[in-house]
Amino acid sequence: MRDTADILRLENLQVHFPIQGGLFDRVLGRPSGAVRAVDGIDLTIGRGEIVALVGESGSGKTTVGRVITKLAQPTGGNLLFDGRDMSSERGASPLRPYRRRVQMIFQDAYQALNPRHTVFDIVAEPLRSLRLVENDAQLTERVSEALTGAGLNPPGDFFARFPHELSGGQRQRVVIAGALAVKPELIVADEPVSMLDVSIRAQILQVLVDLRDKHNMALLFITHDLPLAWLIADRIAVLYLGKLVEIGSADDITYNPRHPYTVALLNATPQIGGDADRGKLPALQGEVPSAARVPKGCRFHPRCPLAFDRCRQEEPPANEVGPRHMSACWLAK
Amino acid sequence: MTNSFQNKAPLLEVDRLSVDYGLKGNSLRAIDGVSFVLRAGEAVALVGESGSGKTTTAMAIAGLLSPNARVSEGVVRYRGERLPIDDDAAMRPHRWSETSVVFQGAMNALNPVHRIVKQIAEPCMLKLGMSRAEATARAKELLELVGIPADRGAAYPHELSGGMRQRVMIAMALACRPSIIIGDEPTTALDVITQAQILKLLGELRSQLNLALILITHDLSVVAECCDRVMIMYSGRIVEDGTVAEIFADPKHPYTKLLIDSIPNPANGKKMIRPIPGDPPNLVNRPSGCAFHPRCPSAMAVCTTEVPSLDKFGQGRVACHLHQSLQNKVTVHA
Ligand SMILES: Nc1ncnc2c1ncn2[C@@H]1O[C@H](COP(=O)(O)OP(=O)(O)OP(=O)(O)O)[C@@H](O)[C@H]1O
Ligand SMILES: Nc1ncnc2c1ncn2[C@@H]1O[C@H](COP(=O)(O)OP(=O)(O)O)[C@@H](O)[C@H]1O
Ligand code: SF4
Ligand code: SF4
Ligand SMILES: [Mg+2]
Ligand SMILES: [Mg+2]
Repeated sequence: MRDTADILRLENLQVHFPIQGGLFDRVLGRPSGAVRAVDGIDLTIGRGEIVALVGESGSGKTTVGRVITKLAQPTGGNLLFDGRDMSSERGASPLRPYRRRVQMIFQDAYQALNPRHTVFDIVAEPLRSLRLVENDAQLTERVSEALTGAGLNPPGDFFARFPHELSGGQRQRVVIAGALAVKPELIVADEPVSMLDVSIRAQILQVLVDLRDKHNMALLFITHDLPLAWLIADRIAVLYLGKLVEIGSADDITYNPRHPYTVALLNATPQIGGDADRGKLPALQGEVPSAARVPKGCRFHPRCPLAFDRCRQEEPPANEVGPRHMSACWLAK
Repeated sequence: MTNSFQNKAPLLEVDRLSVDYGLKGNSLRAIDGVSFVLRAGEAVALVGESGSGKTTTAMAIAGLLSPNARVSEGVVRYRGERLPIDDDAAMRPHRWSETSVVFQGAMNALNPVHRIVKQIAEPCMLKLGMSRAEATARAKELLELVGIPADRGAAYPHELSGGMRQRVMIAMALACRPSIIIGDEPTTALDVITQAQILKLLGELRSQLNLALILITHDLSVVAECCDRVMIMYSGRIVEDGTVAEIFADPKHPYTKLLIDSIPNPANGKKMIRPIPGDPPNLVNRPSGCAFHPRCPSAMAVCTTEVPSLDKFGQGRVACHLHQSLQNKVTVHA
C-alpha cells in the first residue's frame, strides 16, 4: 500500500532577492527593494505523488525548485520535509542527509554535463560525494542500477562513453540517472523534457512515472506545458509572479480551470484537432511583469481580461472552489 | 478538402535535393532526394526529430549551407529560375531578399554590444544600399511591424525578454522584403504564452505581406494552428506530405501516426504515455530500405530492402510500402 503522508510541505514560503541599489540611489536614500521571486506559497507533496508546477517563464518555477533543494535560502515561511523544518538548515555537512533524500534535475543540465567526464563518473559523483557506497563493487552496482532505471541498457555499454558520444535523449537520461543513483524520496525536475523531441520526451516521462510506481518516489515536475502536466501529474499548481493562483487535480485544472490565468495558459496551448471551443477569453498580451515590481491588488490584474475595480486594490485570498481545488481570484467562489 | 494554394504558380520548387556533409574524409548524407513545391502565401510545416534534416533543407533553400556541405543532387528553383545554391558568390544577390531565415536559437545570437535598432538597420544598408538615416527609419518601421514600439530600438539585447528578442530576429529577417520566411524552431525555447504571441505575429505578417512561410519544428501540435500543409521528415527524407486537416484526421505513414499519438492531448482524454520504440536514426549507418523499419510496428520484408518512393496519395504524398502496394493493386486492376 502506498504511504500517502506528505513528504514536503511549503508554508507561506518566500524567496526575496535584495536589489543592490546603485551608489546614486543610496546617496539619495532611495529604497532599494527586493525581487519577490517567490512570494508566499503554500503547497504539499505526498509520498509517491507527482505534482506539476506550471507557469510562464519568469513566474518563479526554478526558484521554487532551488529553494526546495536548498540551493537557495528562503527569506520567509517554512520548508518542512518529512515533518522536519529545513528552512534554516545550511552548510554542506548538515545538509548531506537531506541531499540523499531530495535531488534536482536541472533545466540546463542537458548542456551542463561535464564533457570530459565519462557517463560512469557523472553518475558516480553524487554517490561518492554523499558517501553512499563503501567500495568499488557497490559503486558499480549502484551506477548500473541507476542507468538501467533511466532506460540506458545494458548499462555497461555506457560506462566509458563521453557526453558527445550520446544522443540528446540519452544525455538527458544520464542526468536523470545521476539523480536516481542516490535513491531520493523526492525529485524536483525542472523542465526536463522541454527541449527534447516528442518521441524521446515520452521515454523520459515513462522513466519518471516508473520510479514513482516502483519506489513510491515523489516528483515535482516543473513545466510550462499544461497538456504535459496533465499527462504526468496527479495535481497541478499554477504559479504566477511568485504566487500560486490555482491548485487542483490534473483533470480539474485541465477541464474545469477556475482562474483566468489558468484559462489563458490553456488557451495558448496549441492543440491537435484544435478548433475546439477556444477564445472565450482574449489571448494574453504582454509578459509577466518584473518580480521587482509586483502589481498592487491581484498581481494578475494588469493582464487579466476580467479585472474589475476590487482587483486593482485588494489581493484575492486562496478560495476553496471544490474538493482539493483552490483558486486565488475574486470571481472564483 | 482541396488546398486553395494548389492552382497558384509555384514560388519555390525543390527537386530531388540531396546534401552531403564532409566529415574527416567521410561523407554523410543529411538529406536524400527531398522534393516539394511552395506557393506564394502558403504556410508549410517541416516536422521531424532532431537530426532528420530539417535545418539542412532550410539552409539549402536559403543558400546558407555550411562550407563542408555539398549539394550532390537536385535543384532549387525560385519563380522558375534555378538558384545557384552551391555557388557562394553567385548566390549572394539572392540571399535574404528572396528567402530569409529566422534561425534556431537565434535570439541568443544578437550582438550584445549594439542597440537593436542598429542591428536591424545594418542589413538595410548593406543589402538595400540605404543611407544610415534611411536604414534607421526602416528599422523603426520594422520594429513597429513586429509589435515593438520604435523607441525600444535603443535597447540592448540583454534588456529584452526572449520573446522580444525573437521579434527582433523576425524584424531582421523581413528587412530585405523577402517573399519566403523560414522559421527554424522559432518558438522552441519560449513558454506557451510567448509562443502563441510569436505564432500569431507570423500569421499576421504572412497575410499582411503575402509571405510564404516554412515553419520548422519537432512539435506537431504547433503546426495545427498556423500552417496549411505539413511535411513529415525522417532520416533525411520526406515520408508524408498533406494538408494539416488530413494529416491529423487520417495520417497515412506509421511514423506520422506514432508522432501524433505521442503528443499528450487532453481533448481526447487518453492519459497514456506512448513513446516511439527504438532510437532515432543515425545517418552514419542509415537502415537499409525504409529507414524507419527498425522502429515500425507494421514493417514487412520488403521494407528492409527497398526504399519506398514518395508517391501521390489522395491529396498528399506518402512514402510507405503499405500504401504503395495498395496503390499498385489499384492500378493492376484498373
Ligand atoms: N556542418 C555539419 N557537418 C556535419 N554534419 C552536419 C552538419 N550540419 C548538420 N549535420 C548533420 O546532418 C544531419 C541533419 O542535420 P539538421 O541540422 O538538418 O537536422 P535537424 O532536423 O534540423 O535537427 P534539429 O531538430 O536537432 O535541429 C544531422 O545528423 C547532423 O548531425
Ligand atoms: N539570483 C537572483 N537574483 C535576482 N533575481 C532573480 C534571481 N533568480 C531569479 N530571479 C528573478 O526571479 C523571478 C523568477 O525567476 P525564475 O525562478 O527563474 O522563474 P522561472 O523558472 O519560472 O522562469 C524572475 O523575475 C527572475 O529574474
Ligand atoms: S482577481 Fe480579478 S484580476 Fe485577478 S484573476 Fe480574478 S478577475 Fe482577474
Ligand atoms: S515502408 Fe515499411 S517500415 Fe517503412 S513505414 Fe511503411 S510499413 Fe513501416
Ligand atoms: Mg526556469
Ligand atoms: Mg535544426
